[in-house]
Formats: sequence, C-alpha cells, structure tokens
Amino acid sequence: MLRLSLGAKFTLGTIVAIALAFMYIPLFLVVVNSFSAARLSSWPIDSFSTIWWEKAFVSEPIRAALLNSVIVGLGATTIALILGTLVAFALQRYTFFGKQSVNLLVVLPIALPGIVTGVALNNTYNRVLEPIGIEVGYFGMIIAHGSFCIVMVFNNVLARLRRINPSIEEASRDLGATPWQTFRLVTFPQFRSAFVAGAILAFALSFDEVVVTIFTAPPGVDTLPLWIMNQMARPNEASLVNVVATIVIVASFIPVWVSQRLARGADERD
Amino acid sequence: MNRRAQLSALLALPMLWLIGIYIFSLIMLLVTAFWVTDPFTSKVKPGFTLRNFEQIIANPAYASTSIRTLGIALAVTVLSILISVPLGIFMAKVASPKLRAILAVAITLPLWAGYLVKILAMRITFTEDGFFNSMLGPLGISGPGFSIVTVVLTLTYLWLPYMAVPVYTAIRQLPPNLFDASADLGAGAGFTIRTVVLPLIKPAIIAGSIFTFSLSLGDYIAAKFVGGSTQMIGSIIASNINLNPPIAAAFSLVPIAFVVVYLVVVQRTGALERM
Repeated sequence: MLRLSLGAKFTLGTIVAIALAFMYIPLFLVVVNSFSAARLSSWPIDSFSTIWWEKAFVSEPIRAALLNSVIVGLGATTIALILGTLVAFALQRYTFFGKQSVNLLVVLPIALPGIVTGVALNNTYNRVLEPIGIEVGYFGMIIAHGSFCIVMVFNNVLARLRRINPSIEEASRDLGATPWQTFRLVTFPQFRSAFVAGAILAFALSFDEVVVTIFTAPPGVDTLPLWIMNQMARPNEASLVNVVATIVIVASFIPVWVSQRLARGADERD
Repeated sequence: MNRRAQLSALLALPMLWLIGIYIFSLIMLLVTAFWVTDPFTSKVKPGFTLRNFEQIIANPAYASTSIRTLGIALAVTVLSILISVPLGIFMAKVASPKLRAILAVAITLPLWAGYLVKILAMRITFTEDGFFNSMLGPLGISGPGFSIVTVVLTLTYLWLPYMAVPVYTAIRQLPPNLFDASADLGAGAGFTIRTVVLPLIKPAIIAGSIFTFSLSLGDYIAAKFVGGSTQMIGSIIASNINLNPPIAAAFSLVPIAFVVVYLVVVQRTGALERM
C-alpha cells in the first residue's frame, strides 16, 4: 500500500474536491440561471421564473436549429456507420501494405484541429466546387460531420471484431450458409451492440460540433450549437441560452448512459 | 472472390471518401496557401507566391499570437497534469471502492455535457457580477474576468477528462507490491510518488497530453467568449477566411506544424509504442 500521512490524504482530498467543484459548479450555474427571471445571468439570482422555459418551447429558431442538428446528426451517423464498419472489417480481417496509413487516415479528421478541417472543407466547397458549378449547400455540413464521425464507429466495431471467435463463422460456412446468411445471422448479431454504441457516439459527436460547422454550414442555417454561439455573441436574451444549454446537458447524459449500458451488457455476456 | 478483391471491395468506398474529400481538401488548402489575393477585388487567383508566408513571419501580431497560443496549450497541459495526478492517486489509493466508482463516473460525465455549454458555463461563472466574484469578493479576491487566465481555465475544463481518465487507469494498474517494496525500503509517500509512480505513468500522461495540447492549440471559441481581447491562432484563421483565404490557409499550417513537432518529440521519448 501507498502509506500516506493524514495530512497528505487531506491535501489530496482537498485537490479532488476543488477539481470536482471546478467541473460541476459552472454546469450547476447554467441550470439554475435558466430559471432566473432576469435577462442576463448573474449571481446571486434575484427572482426565479419559468418564463425562459416557456419562451424556449415556442421559439421557432430553436426548433429549426434542433431539427437541423438532428438531420445532420442522422446523416453523418449513417455515413459513419457504413464507412466505419467497412474499414473496421478491412483492418481486422486482412493484412496488407499500408494498413497503418489507413488507420491514420480514419483518425486524422478528428486528430487535426477542427479549424483546419473546417477551413480545408470550406476552401474546397467555395473555391474548388463552386467555380465548376457544384453547390454543396446543406450537404456540405453532413459530409464534414460524416468524415470526423467515422472514427467513432470504426473504434467500437474494430474492438468488438477482435474479440469475436472466428470458428463460429467457419461453423456457419461448413453448415452450408451463404456468405450473406453468415453475415446476417452469425457475424452481425455479434457486433450489433458495438455498432449501435458507435452510432450513438457518432451522433453525439456531430450534435455537439461547432468549429467545423461554422465553416461548412450554408448561410442562414443554424444547428443547435451554432444557435447557442450566435446567442452568446449577442447576449440580449442570455437566459434563453441557459434553457437550451440545460436541455443539452440533460440530453447528452442519456446517450452516454445507454452506450455504456450496451458496452457493459456485451462485456458481461462474453 | 479472392481475398485481394474482397479487401478492395471493403476499402473502396471509405478510401474514396477519405482521400477524395478529406485529403484532397487538405492538399487544396496547402495549395491555396501559395495563391495570390488581388488587393483591390480581394479575389483569389491561382499562382505561386511565398508572400503569404512572408507576411505571417513578418507580421509581429501573427508571431506573438502563435507563441501565445503555444503557451496557452502548454499551460492547459501542465494544469491538467497537476490536477490529474493527485486525482488519480486519490481515486486509486485513498478512496473506498464505492467512492472510487462514483468518482470514476464523475470525472467522465462532464466530457459529454456539450462543448459550448461548458464555455457558456465558464462565462457565467467568471462574468463581472457572476458567481466567482460574488463568492470570493467579500474575501477581497477578484476573479480573472475575461482574460487569458480564464481561457486556460476553460480549456482545462474542456479537455481535463482526456488527461484524467488515462492517468487514473494507469495508476490503478500499478502492481500494489511496488508500493510495498518502496515503503519497506524506507521511502516516504512523496518520494514513492516521484520515483516510482511518476516514471511508470509517464506514457499515460503523454497520451493525455497529446489531446490536451492539440485540442487547445486549435481552439478559438473559448478565446472568443471568455478571453476578452485574447487572440489565438484560430481567431486569426477565422477572421481571414473570407477576407484573405490564402493567408488563412497559410496560417492554418502553423497549428498542424506544432502538432506534428509535438508528436515527433513525444515519439522520441518512446512513449507512443507503449500506449
């Protein structure tokens, strides 16, 4: 055992308490301020009210932004599911020259700073495709999000494929199943939960993304984070932002909880 | 179908996407960095000039912003290490199993709370008549307001879990008899941490630092909302993207260069192989 003096334990405990306060007090302030009657956030709160919640629920821009976020998230997740699963199978089942480069290529869109990805795609959309008559418009955002979401599905599916026993698939083939039947009835059910977990993480990543979106969203189109950012830049109704932020905090914990349950459920079965 | 054809079938679509769109865009960005902007019409013309790079090097504001951004990214990394190591030691060696499980969830959960939400949260905390000033004001302490200090704190807030989780995992995996041996040989706790724990968790710290460093380097939204007048590399790229795209393109190579240099330095230490 590490023998720490009482004083040392106390010091460590204090650092942990400060770190946790540092993490949770700001989030708590957002939630509490969403119930403030005032236009601007401040502390202490003078009077409480649910007026901003009522306004948020009937706000047309918020609804439009939310819809855009969901559409982009679903589009990006679909792209990520197809491409991520294909790469995961290629890297797990085959050895080939350039395997490391393929792996790097999948990770690159998330490893490079968002501003680089955003500026690079913006440059391609506006200065390469537009002059030759191709308007990407709304799809520009989905393409961008899809690119950096691939890694989420890839990581999850690859990790699961590594643990699948290959002899089960061999047995299926020996019993006369076609390759498609083997995939559908034997392989897919074994990595289905990783597939779903990857989809949830990809969606969450897309839903939260700001920087790449700034550079790839067509003019006048807001996703939820873009709406929040624009409101923060013009803080005339700051309390309305707190309501949306509170909803995001609560909503973002749900997919994490579900994907952890899925991952754990699979671990327990193994 | 032979295996080579199967492999090609699997890889064709993903590679077409990643190379055809992403790598192509990166290359076009590099190419644009050498293009010319007409100063009168501000139209971009294909060509070859090194003027964009000369401007970046010659302009003292660009150089100081690059150095400031580098400093911020390093400060965030150091601060994350200073929080993560005590946190990891406390969780792995002091906390009861139940408290440990709660803390493990507690440090990962904020990772998902939303990037802008956390920036908004820090904005509310440190604003002029916000929580920080109103709690500590009576003690005569006034907060950093919206400044470079708040940018460092906010970026640490955003990226801390990327450091805290691998560091905690690494400390958990240290064999307990190492601690017994160190104690039996007469080392105190502090000496054990310095000479036994830290060298062994170095790969985890380096792995975490890649995230804290590169994510901080590319960020500019935090600087925009809690930094006051603080500018980062991203601020300059963003403000030039429409006015002078070649300058924006040339300047976006700076964070890429920093990340690549950092990765090379890290690789020299041999930590990547043990990750």
